[in-house]
Amino acid sequence: MATPASSTAAQLDEALFTFLLRMGDNTLVLGHRVSEWCGHAPVLEEDIALANTALDLIGQTQMWLGLAADVEGQGRSADDLAMLRDVWDFRNLLLVEQPNGDFGQTIMRQYLFDQFHLLLLRALQDSADDRIAGIAAKAVKEVGYHVERSAETVIGLGDGTEESHGRMQAALDWLSPYVGEMFVSDEIDAEMATRGIVPDPASLRAPYDAALAEVLAKATLSRHEGDFAHQGGKTGFRHSEHLGHMLTQMQWLQRAYPGAAW
Amino acid sequence: MYAQMVKSEATQDDPEKLAAFQARIDAGEKIEPKDWMPEGYRKTLIRQIGQHAHSEIVGQLPEGNWITRAPTLERKAILLAKVQDEAGHGLYLYCAAETLGVSRDELTEMLLDGRMKYSSIFNYPTLTWADMGAVGWLVDGAAIMNQVPLQRTSYGPYSRAMVRICKEESFHQRQGFDIMMKMAGGTEAQRRMAQDALNRFWYPSLMMFGPSDKDSVHSSQSMKWRIKMNTNDELRQKFVDQTVPQAEYLGLTVPDETLAWNDEKGGYDFAEPDWSEFHGVLKGNGPCNAERMRARNAAWDDNAWVREGLMAHAAKKKAAKVAAE
Amino acid sequence: MSDAKTEWPLWEVFIRGQHGLSHRHVGSLHAPDAEMAIKNARDVYTRRNEGVSIWVVEATQITASSPSDKGPLYEPSESKVYRHPTFFDIPKDVGAM
Repeated sequence: MATPASSTAAQLDEALFTFLLRMGDNTLVLGHRVSEWCGHAPVLEEDIALANTALDLIGQTQMWLGLAADVEGQGRSADDLAMLRDVWDFRNLLLVEQPNGDFGQTIMRQYLFDQFHLLLLRALQDSADDRIAGIAAKAVKEVGYHVERSAETVIGLGDGTEESHGRMQAALDWLSPYVGEMFVSDEIDAEMATRGIVPDPASLRAPYDAALAEVLAKATLSRHEGDFAHQGGKTGFRHSEHLGHMLTQMQWLQRAYPGAAW
Repeated sequence: MYAQMVKSEATQDDPEKLAAFQARIDAGEKIEPKDWMPEGYRKTLIRQIGQHAHSEIVGQLPEGNWITRAPTLERKAILLAKVQDEAGHGLYLYCAAETLGVSRDELTEMLLDGRMKYSSIFNYPTLTWADMGAVGWLVDGAAIMNQVPLQRTSYGPYSRAMVRICKEESFHQRQGFDIMMKMAGGTEAQRRMAQDALNRFWYPSLMMFGPSDKDSVHSSQSMKWRIKMNTNDELRQKFVDQTVPQAEYLGLTVPDETLAWNDEKGGYDFAEPDWSEFHGVLKGNGPCNAERMRARNAAWDDNAWVREGLMAHAAKKKAAKVAAE
Repeated sequence: MSDAKTEWPLWEVFIRGQHGLSHRHVGSLHAPDAEMAIKNARDVYTRRNEGVSIWVVEATQITASSPSDKGPLYEPSESKVYRHPTFFDIPKDVGAM
């Protein structure tokens, strides 16, 4: 990040800033992915529902990245952060940048994230930082609905026809290696947890696994053994190749016409 | 308009019933699904409402083309909300058509295999961000001209769908003009984009109202039934009269050298669009017809497993519930 | 042609508006079952804070959303101010729009 880490105060800002980028980049990238479905969904009602989810996520992005920009204090806006950073400065989970694939992969990715997102936001409502608690209190209502809808759709398709079951199992197999990264704690998480701002993500693992197991059982889907997890999204160390392609679209106008107002 | 050149069906019903039906319409009564109606009225409405619905659905594509490239988070949200509304409007209209005894899947199949049409305007490509402005300003502006009077149409479910649509659409044209203001008042490149968008969308927007009244053979029966409220030329004139000052406000030039205010008629004189192009587009030879249909077919075919899967799950749940009782 | 087995049934949607006294028919939609019909009604018919309670009806069966849904179901759309025409500031000289 651009902020120098020379004093204790600056270090604190750095950790907070990074945490806020993680929140905002998750919602930005996933919101963008979901919006790619607009006009192409399986049925009109689903087209409208997916757009609602994307709109909620974009709205949350404005709040998280807006706060990140304030905390950074360098005069950047939420839009600057969204449109003018390159891949290595993004701090989203690898899960959310994965391509849509078929509808099964999209809705499985959505559920896997929603369940985590809900647990995290619930905990963030009690954050020692009022600004974070405030955003979480608003977002948790939206995400409560997201998880209801994505879980029910995963269950319906998993338990549906032979074809839908096969596609959902394939989606789960494909995305399972992206689950673990959500619960890996690093020094940023540790500092935020010590200050009472953010829960330790590792603490969310047990309730997540319990909720996931319940949904998968209803969906007649099974997780493979092993807990291999791809990593490198939330630290920004190594994103997947997909994020860069997404950014070439998302940021194109801002990059092609620098300084223009839209 | 979103419903262009809708063919009126001839009707061969009992003259007494027909007269009573016409009297109800003339008295401003609404016709409801269970009421007696001439077969021609029913069929014409299915065709018109269906075409209108298809236009909303296909109309998602040219604007959806820019959702992933919107320049700011707010613009992205606004555009997505607008395109989502179009899906909603398609949904309301299909529901209105369904009250006439046709299913949404049947209507969809008829769109996908080419038996039913959608508005010519959505076969034009959106090439720059200014096109999002031009589509909102001009295309939605033209649509509103037609949709506002249709709130008073004789068929109850259609009229109610139009009331809801008009209420929701009110922000669409404004967001388009808002984009145009930003572009027209922006950098040199943005001004060029804005003018270019107006150049490309002006005549296709005029075509939305359909051919001139003197060439429109289906208007009179539909107007008698109050499923068409104004003539094509009336609406086109109204649109031009409203839009030209807005273009002037933006500092943009309407691409029509013959455009001139006519004091006598209290409106602008303007050049007709190229009607051979219009008929070509309706026949399938517009710039994007094939792509639009390919995209809609893919959405329908590739996702059939989703619709079937959720239906199968619902059937299992129902069976389990019955077994438990 | 459409397959009667896979076409989702049609549901009628009734919504009680924030200031209304009774549920009012707002339109219809398709859904595989009552639960999805309620969710679809939320997504389709309450995008502008229109409702506080939803009923969906298929044939003779009536299903209503539970009051506890109030928070997550309806509050989210309150922040989408851009859906309202007054969000866009159009200068007076432009005229009616």
